[in-house]
Amino acid sequence: MDVALAPLPAPGDEGSACRVPYRVFTDPRFYEREQAKIFRGETWSFVALEAEVTNPGDYKATYIGDTPVIVTRDAEGGVNVMQNRCAHRGALVCRGLRGNAPNLECVYHQWAYDLKGQLLGVPFRRGIRGEGGMPDDFDMKRHGLDRLRVETVGGMIFATFSASIEPLRDYLGPLVVEHIERIMNRPIKVIGDQRQYIHGNWKLYAENVRDPYHASLLHLFHATFGLYRSSQKGASRMDASKRHSLLYSIAGSNDASRDKQVYEGVRAFNADFQLQDPSLLKGRAEFPDGITLVILSIFPNVVLQQIQNTLAVRQIVTQGPGAFELVWTQFGYADDCEEMQAIRLKQSNLIGPAGVISMEDGEAVEIVQDAVVRAQDQTSYIAMGGGGADDADHLVTEGAIIGFWQNYERLVGFDGAAG
Amino acid sequence: MDIEKASQRDLQHDVQELIARHAELIDDDRLEEWLELFIEDCVYKVISRENEDRGMPVATIFCDSRDMLVDRIVSLRKANIYPTHHYRHVISTARITKVARDVISAQTNYVIFQTRNDGHTSIYNAGKYVDEIVSGEGGLKFKSKKAVFDTNRVDTLMVRPV
Repeated sequence: MDVALAPLPAPGDEGSACRVPYRVFTDPRFYEREQAKIFRGETWSFVALEAEVTNPGDYKATYIGDTPVIVTRDAEGGVNVMQNRCAHRGALVCRGLRGNAPNLECVYHQWAYDLKGQLLGVPFRRGIRGEGGMPDDFDMKRHGLDRLRVETVGGMIFATFSASIEPLRDYLGPLVVEHIERIMNRPIKVIGDQRQYIHGNWKLYAENVRDPYHASLLHLFHATFGLYRSSQKGASRMDASKRHSLLYSIAGSNDASRDKQVYEGVRAFNADFQLQDPSLLKGRAEFPDGITLVILSIFPNVVLQQIQNTLAVRQIVTQGPGAFELVWTQFGYADDCEEMQAIRLKQSNLIGPAGVISMEDGEAVEIVQDAVVRAQDQTSYIAMGGGGADDADHLVTEGAIIGFWQNYERLVGFDGAAG
Repeated sequence: MDIEKASQRDLQHDVQELIARHAELIDDDRLEEWLELFIEDCVYKVISRENEDRGMPVATIFCDSRDMLVDRIVSLRKANIYPTHHYRHVISTARITKVARDVISAQTNYVIFQTRNDGHTSIYNAGKYVDEIVSGEGGLKFKSKKAVFDTNRVDTLMVRPV
């Protein structure tokens, strides 16, 4: 059934603001177009950390959007990304989450591929006792796994379906590369994964991680314990294309005595709440720049984060218009001493699906998804900070969200009828 | 209870009682009383099977003192934002795997059903408890409790202890 869509309110009819029609969160036609134009289109998607596939034969199965892919480390030390789909009759080649194997074998008919995706062997290729077998024109070289372009920055592996997109470093831009390399300043060590299934559209999360406005209002822990307050020194910055967003803040840079006024009447600022065991927040200053919180949101599917001493990537895996999985891969440095690792493991209580800070973003996404179900032609109103896709040297802005939507409009558009 | 001198039957009974009470206090939202089932110097850990099986240390919840558990419960009551929900535990018979001096080790399977505002009930978390239990004031208490969950993908979020 095709439903005609009402025109959007004229932009600027209520001063300057960005307005996004809620249909982009619910209408499956947008989801289909996003898979083609964003995840399988002109973007680079994060697929793994190099530290997840360190040894030859290591592989990891993951997704770009909802397309299954395999990441491998080959015998020469190279990283490869292929579609996880047998060239014969389409079966998943890797069925587990991860492992190590000298080559990749499809269980259905045992077609075997090397770690670069080249077809190595086909059982009964020449038939049995002269009967059956593949036709004479069957060419092994033409039946490998579909390979993607792969590039890495700072140990983060990205892949793309596009043959024409610019190199990864140009796609990310100098600001994003600088902040990846800031965190990935020496070899890292993965310390675990967490998976969170959120019943909401993936773009609501993309907005959330570009939104310094909500962070001290929704998250009581941030405001009450001063981990993050909008009164702190910090910034919201974008790359030149405004695809990506860097949000950072410096704990302790605020004037705590003035914050009582700033946060007067705000639920999240609770002066009566004291931790009985303050060891949760006892960390170490790790970075010479003093920055204690970095949310680096890389279009379209990953966030690299530092919150206190927790380090993680958060990968978005889309599962239809109404759901996505958020995969948290947490890490420390290979040279972490025992005490440092203990700090990271304890502070892990701040992040992930049970994180006293980050759990709340799951709820924030779902309450929007639940409310907009019949609001296809209504729009949100995004204007904090001035209503433009502008950088800010403060944290009272929604500029980076607008940057995201400008890129979305360019790639996908807001008109549900076009296609 | 004197663990070293207790009969196998008494141990089994008291361990089962402690684990059942743990589930009951969570399901009935009596979390402040739930705290009393732990000794002060306790470890409480909820970890995915995905991490546990390959020796990855990151836990979903990790508290290494009862005070940290208190902070979690105060946070749930006063700070965190989450969907209204109820838990319903179903637990298996506990198996005592070891009795060494004054520490009982036990393992128990559990399933937690979750019901949200809309009245829909779903399987929220399934796994096993690996417990170390000691004799404390007023009966047996948890010295350490580790919930290893098969449900690697947490539905929306986890605010309540499992």
